[in-house]
Amino acid sequence: MKILINQKEMATDAAHLAALAEELGLPATGVAAAVAGKMVPRTAWADTPLYEGCPVTIIRAACGG
Amino acid sequence: MFSEYLQTLDWAEVTRQIYAKTDADVRRALSKPRCDVEDFMALISPAAAPYLETMARLSRRYTEERFGRVVSMFIPLYLTNSCTNSCVYCGFHVANKMKRTILTEEEMVGEYRAIKQLAPFENLLLVTGENPAKAGVPYIARALDLAKPYFSNLKIEVMPLSAEEYAELRRHGMNGVICFQETYCRENYNLYHPRGMKANFEWRVNAFDRMGQAGVHSIGMGVLIGLEREWRTDITMMAHHLRYLQKHYWRTRYSVNFPRMRPSENGGFRPNCVMTDRELAQVTFAMRIFDHDVDISYSTREPADLRDHMATLGVTTMSAESKTEPGGYHAYPQALEQFHVSDDRTATEVARALRAMGREPVWKDWDAVFDRPQICN
Amino acid sequence: MTPLSLGGVEFSSRLFLGTGKFNSNTVMRQALEASGTEMVTVAMKRVEPGDSEDDLLVHVQSPNIRLLPNTSGVRDAEEAVFAAQLSREAFGTSWLKLEIHPDPRYLLPDSVETLRATEQLVKLGFTVLPYCQADPTLCKHLEEAGAAAVMPLGAPIGTNLGLRTRDFLQIIIEQAGVPVVVDAGIGAPSHAAEAMEMGAAACLVNTAVAVAGDPVEMARAFREAVIAGRRAFEAGLPAAASATLEAEASSPLTAFLS
Repeated sequence: MKILINQKEMATDAAHLAALAEELGLPATGVAAAVAGKMVPRTAWADTPLYEGCPVTIIRAACGG
Repeated sequence: MFSEYLQTLDWAEVTRQIYAKTDADVRRALSKPRCDVEDFMALISPAAAPYLETMARLSRRYTEERFGRVVSMFIPLYLTNSCTNSCVYCGFHVANKMKRTILTEEEMVGEYRAIKQLAPFENLLLVTGENPAKAGVPYIARALDLAKPYFSNLKIEVMPLSAEEYAELRRHGMNGVICFQETYCRENYNLYHPRGMKANFEWRVNAFDRMGQAGVHSIGMGVLIGLEREWRTDITMMAHHLRYLQKHYWRTRYSVNFPRMRPSENGGFRPNCVMTDRELAQVTFAMRIFDHDVDISYSTREPADLRDHMATLGVTTMSAESKTEPGGYHAYPQALEQFHVSDDRTATEVARALRAMGREPVWKDWDAVFDRPQICN
Repeated sequence: MTPLSLGGVEFSSRLFLGTGKFNSNTVMRQALEASGTEMVTVAMKRVEPGDSEDDLLVHVQSPNIRLLPNTSGVRDAEEAVFAAQLSREAFGTSWLKLEIHPDPRYLLPDSVETLRATEQLVKLGFTVLPYCQADPTLCKHLEEAGAAAVMPLGAPIGTNLGLRTRDFLQIIIEQAGVPVVVDAGIGAPSHAAEAMEMGAAACLVNTAVAVAGDPVEMARAFREAVIAGRRAFEAGLPAAASATLEAEASSPLTAFLS
């Protein structure tokens, strides 16, 4: 299926957020994710299913002032 | 609440610090665009006495910058001399054998009309003793209602009230509250205020927080000079209080007074200290240098010549032709006054003298219409 | 020098550093160490698929350093609240440098949205440090809304122009009931010292260090400047020679008192 990660289309087989994180190789800390504009705590990633066209936001630390 | 803040200030230590202020401390304070309480302490300390002329010049400059060459005029009206307190220095002391008057509604209106005959007064200060049973909040509210058609700005100087009561009186057109702490010396406060509701120091000192919480537009403060020998310490505490209030209730305007007790008045109470004219001038200049925006008010306790000159150097608010007994303008012109008036000129004479000094007396600088939008706060 | 108490935490360093614009993470790390800072700002960015960038946090994290994530990139209060929630999850801290600048050119903070977001974020339990205009009234509103500090700008961000808002900063410092951190525009250690001499609680510096010829030496210079300025403030600056101090002989104003 195709989902939208940070507004970019991506094909994935991940059924839920935890699987997607693994697929993307996200580090164990320092990232956060939201589905459809709602923040999902990391503990709930495995219980958050993805669906066709699902908008996912993933952020991580960056340099900034 | 300010009572908690006050506990962090040690009276003896503050006194020591004031007397330890040096010439360099004074010069530093004088050269700063904005002073803190430490600077204020230097400016009222004996070390600043040689700088009186410099202070006068600065004080005049800041006053003219912020206020222009004007003096706001007001007149007090004593509604009652009935009082349940026993302040040892006060003519209205509960134990004083004297006729007690509580103006009736008809008498109030008679006073309002009589005041309007004296001069175009628009700023009225309603004063009472502390008698909540007979002259409590409903009575004051009624006096405000009746005064509204005659005056555009109504203030009260009454016993400390609850925040709800201040809010209630605001709905009746009350725009400002004046309340003198008398002294910030917690230790000695009850020597002067042994009995009655006024004996509760915390209730009084926290009244200013309650006024701020109730959104009172203008708050007046003062210490009674003559109670504590170290009046500099008392005034420093007031400066702390002023800064505290400005930080917490920053929408409010503030005014300060330095009422001096006279040796001869007050039913036998001998003042513990006498502040000279020079010292009063120094404190007034110091306050203006410390706070460019605060209103500084001189009452008719002060002599005419001093008032006229100080109106050009820092004082921004003045009463005139005041009677300090209930009904003094019309109903009972002979009753016993609370304190002795030193400047007994008519309002017209005061206005003329101010103009001769290059100061314009302003009778109206507020309108009740400004009070209305705030009622829903 | 008294420690800074902010949001219930004590800081012995009054210099906060940003992590942007350094040419390498190694230099950044050395600069942070040299500055003695105990709080650094970090931003958030969207992860790109296939992104294999070095983890910034590895270079920042230290037992002495608290993270202050910012909301850079958001344009209104709603986006700020969303970003704050992601930030709390990602960084494990409820501290937040709230910055809302819808204008991409000068990155000037939006006062209306900043106040609105502060109100909401405080209710959500965040420790909010809003980057804001040097507007004394706005700062009182932010304080009343529950901001842990206010961070008014000295000049537009990244300009290194110094304390162009000096007169307003002075009023803000005088009136504030919360620490005032001068943020943005500080381009030289002398600017930071000046802010501290005025009574600012702390300075937040980024560009001036990151793009200096030698960022590590500059970080050290800022460390010393902030300490010097704070010490001077606490010591009480002496009077500068001033015409107002010299007595005037002709027609004294106080003659009526004698």
